Amino acid sequence: MSFGVVATDAGLSELEAIVMSAIVFAGSAQFSAVAILAQGGGAGAAIAAAALMNSRFLPMGVAFAPSLRGGPIKRALQGQAVVDASWALAARRDGSFDRMLLFGSSAAAYVTWVTGTTVGAVWGGALGDPHDLGVDALFPAFFLGLLVNEARSGRARGVAAAGALIALVLVPVAPAGVPVLVASFAALAGLTRGARDAMLQRQEAEGEPR
Amino acid sequence: MSTGATVIFGSAVITFAIKAAGPVALGGRELPTWFTSVVVLLAPALLAALVATQALADGDKLAIGADTAGVAAGGLAAWRTGSIIACVLIAPAVTAALRAL
Repeated sequence: MSFGVVATDAGLSELEAIVMSAIVFAGSAQFSAVAILAQGGGAGAAIAAAALMNSRFLPMGVAFAPSLRGGPIKRALQGQAVVDASWALAARRDGSFDRMLLFGSSAAAYVTWVTGTTVGAVWGGALGDPHDLGVDALFPAFFLGLLVNEARSGRARGVAAAGALIALVLVPVAPAGVPVLVASFAALAGLTRGARDAMLQRQEAEGEPR
Repeated sequence: MSTGATVIFGSAVITFAIKAAGPVALGGRELPTWFTSVVVLLAPALLAALVATQALADGDKLAIGADTAGVAAGGLAAWRTGSIIACVLIAPAVTAALRAL
């Protein structure tokens, strides 16, 4: 909803705001691109901002890839379903993904996103201020809740702390989107001998309770 | 094409390419153990980075505000109860309450 309000404020037509949500379907990238336009930036800068913001989908897609079946075109299309919330929700602790859960929650998110943009673009001003309602705390809280349940092992907690630290250090100096991308390098801790042994043990212990 | 339309289609194409890259490049192969053990840790790394950049920063500045307190309260609830729903309900409520003060 807030995207519809922000985009029309930044000079996009109502239809353009709705079309953008329908075919880009990546909230933070859309906000970044529109923010650049609102500051008087050009189309190239706006597209670059969107690309950087979406760069985190690269490691997410890499993680999701082993859970996909089919040829390149089918895989490319299935990859489009990855959005932060459904990706995080569908991640299992063994590194695989619940494909159907991801598709289902992305489909629900898509309908909500496009409907919300339409409402915001057309009736924007009449609704309460999302800032007063604390809406900006919703997504980080959702990710934190998943993280708390996900990071049960000491190694996962260490990687999470390192990821957060990397992102925060980069926030003031790197373009938007890059901090989260670079934070994914914390997962390279999986290359240590201990992590590989733990992985092998887990693969051998079939039917291990989650 | 207007600037708006250029940005919309440009962003759409580039987003498609980024999201397709991982799934296509790793087409259906059996992956080695070292790779899987990195992938397992991608979720905690990315989740923590998303939380940190959204709750502790505002654009390119580090910023602590009502939303930080709200997210922390939600995190505490998730840790104590194991419930994501509690976390998602409490965080905006605490944030909104602090802002209404």
